[in-house]
Amino acid sequence: MKNDDHQKDHEANNKVTSASSWQSVVNDFSADKQSFDMPWGKLMMWIFLLSDTFIFSIFLTSYMSVRMSTAIAWPNPSEVFALTIAGHHIPLVLIAIMTFILITSSGTMAMAVNYAYQGNKKKTVYLMLATALLGASFIGMQAFEWTKLIVEEGIRPWGNPMGANQFGAAFFMITGFHGLHVSAGVIYLTVIAKRINQGKYDQKGYHIVEITGLYWHFVDLVWVFIFAFFYLW
Amino acid sequence: MMKQNTKIKIVAAKSEQHPISMYLKVWLLLFVLSACSYMVDYFQFQGVLRWTLILVFMFLKAGLIIMVFMHLAWERMAVKLLLFLPPIAILIFIALMSSEADYVFVNRIMSFFNP
Repeated sequence: MKNDDHQKDHEANNKVTSASSWQSVVNDFSADKQSFDMPWGKLMMWIFLLSDTFIFSIFLTSYMSVRMSTAIAWPNPSEVFALTIAGHHIPLVLIAIMTFILITSSGTMAMAVNYAYQGNKKKTVYLMLATALLGASFIGMQAFEWTKLIVEEGIRPWGNPMGANQFGAAFFMITGFHGLHVSAGVIYLTVIAKRINQGKYDQKGYHIVEITGLYWHFVDLVWVFIFAFFYLW
Repeated sequence: MMKQNTKIKIVAAKSEQHPISMYLKVWLLLFVLSACSYMVDYFQFQGVLRWTLILVFMFLKAGLIIMVFMHLAWERMAVKLLLFLPPIAILIFIALMSSEADYVFVNRIMSFFNP
């Protein structure tokens, strides 16, 4: 469906369904047409993200289960992830910086989507590349963190000197899978930014930017949960 | 080309257009919330207070990202249901697994640490 057709449908639906949002659900599903009024790529991205939510939830649940069931003390994340900068011992500092970087990248992505819908191609491409760059720096910091944990602290998936053996397996699995998502996101953003710059979406419309944005915000969203459950618990 | 651009603009103006300042405000709010959740660890709050603060900041951040950055606040009810109903299964699974983990923990203590 073309953009303007979507818009017409949208307006028609709004007229019929302005009564209540529950009524709009009934109307959407009983109408003799597609239930979700959006470009198919966007709906597919939402469904992919929903399934990804389940994958990350299962990782975090298994982590909860091993942490709750171990009789040996869990290593204190506040100490494990502390860094000494210029003589000061600061707990969790690298993780805090990584969190701020990822949030900043989400902000630049949100603005890229906004400029895309305004039809401002140049700003969209620059903001998407800025987002990819911030994502790449996040991966760099994660690589630094992993190296420090493996080489200096001697943490392995099967054991570590600080406490419960399950710590390493849970940590490498969860942050590794998240890091893989960030890496894929950086590649995705770069490819789409390049294609936009080449003008490949001038005819189709810029919905692709919003779809890429959904993926990127989801990566940030997962980090919010990892930060709360893995680093702050 | 020119015609296409105006068409995109019209579509955008009606359904997807928000002022940049809104994104900047949400961005700032996310920064403040992240700083707050970092402070929970920095000041070493413990017990129920720690968990309450961690979960409140986490859900506020997640809510802002989903609703504003991912534009879900402006989607139709059917889309919200599509995304929020299935994760109820996850909540049930978490409840089941935490009771299971508790049981394993008690058994480990009794079998291995209390001969």
